Amino acid sequence: MSNDNLIIAGKSYSSRLLVGTGKYKDFAETRAAVEASGAEIITIAIRRSNIGQDPNQPNLLEILPPSRYTLLPNTAGCYTADDAVRTLRLARELLDGHSLVKLEVLGDAKSLYPNVVETVSAAKTLVAEGFQVMVYTSDDPIIAQQLEDVGCVAIMPLASLIGSGMGILNPWNLQLIMDRVKVPVIVDAGVGTASDAAVAMELGCAGVLMNTAIAAAQRPVLMASAMKLAVEAGRNAFLAGRMPKKLYSASPSSPAAGMIGKP
Amino acid sequence: MISVFINGAPREFEQAISVAALIQDMGLSGKRIALERNGDIVPRSQFTEQMLADGDKLEVVVAVGGG
Repeated sequence: MSNDNLIIAGKSYSSRLLVGTGKYKDFAETRAAVEASGAEIITIAIRRSNIGQDPNQPNLLEILPPSRYTLLPNTAGCYTADDAVRTLRLARELLDGHSLVKLEVLGDAKSLYPNVVETVSAAKTLVAEGFQVMVYTSDDPIIAQQLEDVGCVAIMPLASLIGSGMGILNPWNLQLIMDRVKVPVIVDAGVGTASDAAVAMELGCAGVLMNTAIAAAQRPVLMASAMKLAVEAGRNAFLAGRMPKKLYSASPSSPAAGMIGKP
Repeated sequence: MISVFINGAPREFEQAISVAALIQDMGLSGKRIALERNGDIVPRSQFTEQMLADGDKLEVVVAVGGG
């Protein structure tokens, strides 16, 4: 499908799979998984420089250079609008003025469920400061609409809780969101395996963002390639338009006429 | 003597030093970092001229793997 690119904030991407870079055992595995996924948009986190780093180790940005990938700094771990905004200002400075970001404001450490009130507040500030905001949110269609209204460039509802691998628990809400908003709707969080990604794409989502489903697989690189295929398969199935479901409306695939042994 | 907080930890310096000197002291010269001073971004272009002041709260960040 040469003409089916994902457009976010005016920029075109051929891959509809976005991947995170956390939880891998080392940078080599991170890089191999990212390459196998075919993803062009890669999320990264922003952290204090003295937390768990050896200054002599290579930097993540050397492994995944901004010249090759669209890096999407995120605010994972932020619980207030203020912290999220500060984190992304630092990210913009770190990445030489790069303005495409992932906003995520959490509400609860146990569930990692988003705090949508803080999220909307942060989104307003960030948009006003010129950021292009891809926003992680709940699957509430009204909040999704509000986030689009304040100027977010992509709405990214959860399919289930972050890192849970529970799959798409409420496809109807995702559908409601897609019916309402015009910017790309990207499932972010909850995907556990390839079929989940395919289902998200068959529903009509513009893309899928995942991290743990790949990083926590027994063989992450193989799962990354499975996810690439699943996103492509689901997208093509969506574009192809599936047959209607017909319970007990038998329609054989082979001709009914011309059977032998009939009078 | 000035006392500052760097990434939440207290640090003391004999005299006021520049942000650039601090970065060097932390072994981060030439690394991809961003720095916030008392809630405001300090652009890299100002690292040499900005001097730390007593009570400053600094955040020095890098990119790491994350979802």
